[in-house]
Amino acid sequence: MGGHVRKFIENAGWPRIIIGLFLLSLYAAAPFVNVRVLTSLSDTLVRVGMNGVLVLAMVPMVQSGCGLNFGLPLGIIAGLLGATTSVQFEARGLAGFGFAILVAVPIAAALGFAYAQILNRVKGEEMMIATYVGFSSVAVMCMAWLLLPFDSPVMIWGYGGTGLRTTISTEGFWRHVLSDFAAFGLDGGAFYFPTGMFLFFFMMLFLVWAFFRTKTGTAITAVGSNPEFARASGIDVNRMRTISVMLSTVLGALGILVYDQSFGFIQLYMGPLYMAFPAVAAILLGGASVNKATMVNVVVGTFLFQGILTMTPSVINSLLQSDMSEVIRIIVSNGMILYALTRKTQVKR
Amino acid sequence: MSGPCTSKRFKTSDNIKHFLISNSVPIIFIGLSALAIPVSGFSAAYLIQEMLTRLARNSFLVLSLLIPIMAGMGLNFGMVLGAMAGQIGMILVTDWAVVGIPGLVLAAIISMPIAAVLGFVCGNVLNRAKGREMVTSYILGFFINGIYQFVVLYAIGIRGMIRIPFTGIDLKIPVTNPQLVLSRGYGIRNAINLTGLRHALDNAVQFDIPVGGASPFTINVPASTYLLIAAFCLFIVWFRRTKLGQDMRAIGQDMAAADSAGIAVERTRVIAIMTSTVLAAFGQIIFLQNIGTMNTYNSHDQTGMFSIAALLIGGATVSKASIANVFIGVSLFHLMFVVSPMAGKELIGQAQLGEYFRVFVSYGIIAVALVLHAWKRYQERERARRDLRGEA
Repeated sequence: MGGHVRKFIENAGWPRIIIGLFLLSLYAAAPFVNVRVLTSLSDTLVRVGMNGVLVLAMVPMVQSGCGLNFGLPLGIIAGLLGATTSVQFEARGLAGFGFAILVAVPIAAALGFAYAQILNRVKGEEMMIATYVGFSSVAVMCMAWLLLPFDSPVMIWGYGGTGLRTTISTEGFWRHVLSDFAAFGLDGGAFYFPTGMFLFFFMMLFLVWAFFRTKTGTAITAVGSNPEFARASGIDVNRMRTISVMLSTVLGALGILVYDQSFGFIQLYMGPLYMAFPAVAAILLGGASVNKATMVNVVVGTFLFQGILTMTPSVINSLLQSDMSEVIRIIVSNGMILYALTRKTQVKR
Repeated sequence: MSGPCTSKRFKTSDNIKHFLISNSVPIIFIGLSALAIPVSGFSAAYLIQEMLTRLARNSFLVLSLLIPIMAGMGLNFGMVLGAMAGQIGMILVTDWAVVGIPGLVLAAIISMPIAAVLGFVCGNVLNRAKGREMVTSYILGFFINGIYQFVVLYAIGIRGMIRIPFTGIDLKIPVTNPQLVLSRGYGIRNAINLTGLRHALDNAVQFDIPVGGASPFTINVPASTYLLIAAFCLFIVWFRRTKLGQDMRAIGQDMAAADSAGIAVERTRVIAIMTSTVLAAFGQIIFLQNIGTMNTYNSHDQTGMFSIAALLIGGATVSKASIANVFIGVSLFHLMFVVSPMAGKELIGQAQLGEYFRVFVSYGIIAVALVLHAWKRYQERERARRDLRGEA
């Protein structure tokens, strides 16, 4: 019995258990401060669906040894370009969402390819450089959003007639097209389950899982585990890394589209700047390390992280009469990243 | 027999290429400035004044980065920890209404133990993350920022937010000045006016240089700040020659060799980070007394980014930085900083665009510098390999 417990703790790791218990206690405390558990659970699930694919975007790069994808904003930008283009062409409904994906994916693949060329030249320092590549690309796009020739009246500033707005509503275009697909409610609407969004999320999980079982996928994992050995086995290391970076970037683009259809708004300009950090924190919370990540890590991590983000504002604020959720979010997410970075790992490259 | 490191075998073109690659960052930025200055339309006297002010304001912070680089720990993104400690000192001194030089000295005395403790934590965390110190110290900055926000939002004030049950004791650091505390009784306001401390150091010893010509202009030189910066430079020169400094350089060269030579590697690394953090706290105090106002929640955010960008632009690398790099870097970076929004506006003609351009310059500079550095190291590895192997 004791052996089982110890083994479980070893497998899950202390931070995960502490945070899991913290989340559990938040749910347990919820009824005492007049927060409905069912509604909170539903809110958590919606946010899991919204953020799941963005977290999944971490997996390929982690697996290929490129580290945590702090350059996620690059993929997000591609997704946003797809989103704005589809609104510009007034593509509506599921077809409109599909059109956004069709536009976003090639852009993401191209950006991902260029991004991979940088990362292949800076092996060992990917994470820091990825962060600043992400930041700079967001800043470049800030200028581009002002200058690109969009002219749909729902997207541009009312005055002046040029430049996109900071937030664009997807209402009437493809808001909730995935979320509401086969969605159901319970308890008179207190519980809402976005079935379509979860179907999409699980489909993506399955595709990535299946990809890592193909020949290429296995080669990518080999590169991540031991690049020297992979090279000796005749694997083109740079090519495998390029594929993984492109895949991560494309998933980032899809992720933001899922996010936007559920959220109902497209956030431009400085919106994507810090979006990589919650995704990084989530996958680490799920048990991934800097060079190994699985689908289970994605699901568990997203649930734990989004659970805390949903529960702390309502529960902690009712308890302390003060909004501490922001501070808790900063400490938990960065603490998690810090824990992963300082874990003793095997000798690198 | 020639040693493996002689470059005689290479052609002149290769040597020029090597020089260009090793100094690529400052060269690029000198080029950019040369293009941007005429476009912006600023006068030379104005730019010189701006540079003198900004050198006085930022050099100390940037100098604090040198010691961890010497110890092979890369760019200390964790310097924001020191900046936060400095800000806590400034908040308390403002509350106690100690003004002038005594106020600054007191702020330094208060921030020193805080910075030392934070530096100790940072050093130990980085010892667990050898090989990725930069990204770890960067995230550590965010993490400690969370704790800093907790302290300044909830634990400082007239009353505390949390009261220990049954004792009536508030958990708080007392600050009573209503101009500092939020109206709810705890938490510090975002914008703090450092009236009594403003220019306290800059104006202690200063002189003016009148510039004649078509538009008369007076260049003000804050000599006392420069004296302090000069003292810091002398300290670094001296420090390099001490036993501790030599140990750090040995660790920076080769950690394993230093360890087998009997140097306490981990302890020395912790000392390097602690020194850097404490000095960064002093640097932030100098920075804030020059600005004269403080944004409690974001003044420190940009400190790390701007200082590091400046150092890199000065031609420093992650593993090698000199005092000259600091001054070249601060001048070039801030020249870009002053000139680029204006140049962007003149070129494209949209005010908001100029603002975004400025943001892009700040982020892009670090990205470019980090990429060029890593790429250069890659090239040098290739070069060293070629050197050993001979011309194939």
